Amino acid sequence: MSSINYSEKIPNNVNLAEDRTLQRALEGWQPNFIDWWDEIGPEGSTNTDVYLRTAVSVDPQGWAQFGHVKMRDYRWGIFLNPGESERKIHFGDHKGEAAWNDVPGEYRANLRRIIVTQGDTEPASVEQQRHLGLTAPSMYDLRNLYQINVEEGRHLWAMVYLLHKHFGRDGREEAEALLERRSGDDNNPRILGAFNEATPDWLAFFMFTYFTDRDGKFQLCALAESAFDPLARTTKFMLTEEAHHMFVGESGVSRVIQRTCQVMNELKTDDPQKLRAAGVIDLPTIQRYLNFHFSVTIDLFGADESSNAATFYSSGLKGRYEEGKRVDDHQLRGQTYTVLENKNGQLVEKQVPMLNALNEVLRDDYIKDSIAGVERWNKVIEKNAIPFKLKTPHKAFHRNIGSLAGLKVSPDGKVVTDSEWNFMKDQWLATDEDRAFVAGLMGRVVDAGKFANWIAPPPMGINRQAVDFDYVRFN
Amino acid sequence: MDHSEVIVIKQHLIDPEICIRCNTCEATCPVGAVTHDDRNYVVDADKCNHCMACVPPCPTGSIDNWREMPKVKAYSVAEQLTWDVLPAQLPREALASNGATDTSATSLTEAVTDPQASSLTATQPDLPALPVASTSSFNATIPPWSTAHAYTNLYGPKATEKTVTATVTGNVRVTEVGKDYDTHHIVLDFGSMPFPVLEGQSIGIIPPGFDAKGKPHHARQYSIASPRNGERPGYNNVSLTIKRVLEDHDGKPVRGVASNFMCDLNIGDTVQVIGPFGSTFLMPNHPKSHIVMICTGTGSAPMRAMTEWRRRLHKSGKFESGKLMLFFGARSKEELPYFGPLTSLPQDFIDINFAFSRTKDQPKRYVQDRMRERASDIAPLLSDPNAFFYVCGLKVMEVGVIEALADIAKGASLDWNQVGGEMKRLGRLHLETY
Repeated sequence: MSSINYSEKIPNNVNLAEDRTLQRALEGWQPNFIDWWDEIGPEGSTNTDVYLRTAVSVDPQGWAQFGHVKMRDYRWGIFLNPGESERKIHFGDHKGEAAWNDVPGEYRANLRRIIVTQGDTEPASVEQQRHLGLTAPSMYDLRNLYQINVEEGRHLWAMVYLLHKHFGRDGREEAEALLERRSGDDNNPRILGAFNEATPDWLAFFMFTYFTDRDGKFQLCALAESAFDPLARTTKFMLTEEAHHMFVGESGVSRVIQRTCQVMNELKTDDPQKLRAAGVIDLPTIQRYLNFHFSVTIDLFGADESSNAATFYSSGLKGRYEEGKRVDDHQLRGQTYTVLENKNGQLVEKQVPMLNALNEVLRDDYIKDSIAGVERWNKVIEKNAIPFKLKTPHKAFHRNIGSLAGLKVSPDGKVVTDSEWNFMKDQWLATDEDRAFVAGLMGRVVDAGKFANWIAPPPMGINRQAVDFDYVRFN
Repeated sequence: MDHSEVIVIKQHLIDPEICIRCNTCEATCPVGAVTHDDRNYVVDADKCNHCMACVPPCPTGSIDNWREMPKVKAYSVAEQLTWDVLPAQLPREALASNGATDTSATSLTEAVTDPQASSLTATQPDLPALPVASTSSFNATIPPWSTAHAYTNLYGPKATEKTVTATVTGNVRVTEVGKDYDTHHIVLDFGSMPFPVLEGQSIGIIPPGFDAKGKPHHARQYSIASPRNGERPGYNNVSLTIKRVLEDHDGKPVRGVASNFMCDLNIGDTVQVIGPFGSTFLMPNHPKSHIVMICTGTGSAPMRAMTEWRRRLHKSGKFESGKLMLFFGARSKEELPYFGPLTSLPQDFIDINFAFSRTKDQPKRYVQDRMRERASDIAPLLSDPNAFFYVCGLKVMEVGVIEALADIAKGASLDWNQVGGEMKRLGRLHLETY
């Protein structure tokens, strides 16, 4: 038996105190989760008190409670957004029917797969980021990293809740397996490729949280439309936390750019070597990181034509981004969508049935959202009066999944030969040398209010606290 | 109180430079005031009720920006959607030249303060310094320690139940007929639907029909005028004090949509309600706690609620040594809602001080004048941890009231900044003006 007091330690709005089945399942799982956290969670953080935001309920007052806590003692809660009493399925073949509170037998396997795939990314990113604390550029940034770590942990709880509550023994086994896979492990890797890549430095971390967590946002948005009401409500609540992760990414990269521009103007140079010598990350290197993370992330949306995507949609398991706000028939039969195809070494557009192209639809929505943020980074450069623009690469650039996989395409969308690719790729994608340089800048700066040389301080602190507030207390 | 009467508003804006367009605010807003396009997330000033629900969830802090604006010149949604940066605060002179205030009644500087200040934060360094220390910097953001738990946002666009239907069980005009002001006391009954409230909270009414743009009307917020156990004790009802809006602040005839709808209701009619709102402007519940109430016009609603709750508890004897002091301002005696019933309360129960600014052949008197006259009684309460101060009414009063409190403190050799800061910290000073 676990010694945890469920009603106090696990904030929840799923009536955990009276659900004996769920309690027993969690009693078995929770100690393994803590073991996993101790083994592979943020390195060197055991005795640290971190100024964290904890959700204790889903209302505006309750879900942003701030205070210094040890991460291990973080109150990982289980929350569903408030439901609608008469919610109807609003897309797919079941459109108009009442939303499901239990898993329909015929969709059990697919739903479990969706939940496990989503759930697997949560502990994966904690694993990927576990060494970053040792090289934090400031106490403020360290706190933001830890906040992301605990919230990824909470998202794992959210998915495990669904597995325990709705999938019986299979669900319990899957929940255990989520703690057994390891990011980057050859024998038992995480499910998705991008989640087995290392997050070696803070620029990569910011790019990851900007681009890859945004993939999370879009997947969660699509799941928040689900006919399976508990999944829809869980993911809706997770989105409020996911927003913080994207904030860390967007503002982090923005601050790196700001600092670089500042030094460019001080030294009156755009020479990468001089800038590197001055200890800041030159803009072309930032562009190469961007190209890498963007291209790896858009692979996560899956093949451009997918019968699984069609099945998930038609059966009501997964909608489109902002499904409820779209004005069409929400069934999409007989409609088409434009995808890119590799035809004899050329990129050509082709029309395919919309239902089969839903991965591409989501990817395109994602790309649009990503570009908007990159434009905000460009505003920082513009404000510093520097003639340089960051750009997201073409969506066929550096792809490894779908029909574009392996095709050699430049960032501006031209198909190139293998030799051209090999000649240019070091200008397009972050090189080992780039990464070594950035890694060389990473030194731990954790005095309150101090920032590493390569990054500007944020314009404001967290939860109205000062920038030099003691966000992390080392004991 | 009817927020459609606002003259100068503190407009809620989102900083487009810091915002990351994560949609959290839009998903959180209980009244649907936040909207977006491909470029920006923005707040509709007509809909925002300053409930602050969007502020803690915002990951960036970009949500926490405020600009004082004449209501008629408030930045429109369309305008905000084009911004790359936030505009600077308009200087005072510009606010004045926009006809922002009723200069016949008070000076401009007095007109500019927080709306619904009870929930706004104290620190807004981007605003130019007010002639006196910013009044909002003294406004508590937490309730008194002995406050009962307040339920909020039980009904609204983001709640499980979007609205709750209430039935009108009373509608009485409480100001004299034939004058140019018309204030109604309206009772709404919720039947068997839960709607737990506390004195000081407010509710939103959604007027039926559509606005000029063909959209459903947004909710208008009114303070509850009845105590927690009902206008009629033991009944699931609340009362509201609503002034019929017949002209805008320039004196041009305008029929306020919600106030006229409400004032014209008949017994048995139903209205759609959201809320309750408010978790700080709430009364203390411990014995021997003192309450100082300062209000104008329909700002009396929460004061009536608190007074009535204490009156109902009076019999228990527990609150005997707790003082109630009321400073109540209006243009004239005829305009005072509840004038009659108030004067019949025993003097040892409540110490009432009226101030009339436009009684014929008499000098203008404002609530702050009456407060200064009572300085010797107020001064000890400033530093008494059991004394709680509530200010509600037109925003023009707020600076005057704070200045009066500062003067009273000075007269008692107290440092107002220190005393006021301590009152805020202990949830002892609450401002709610509109």
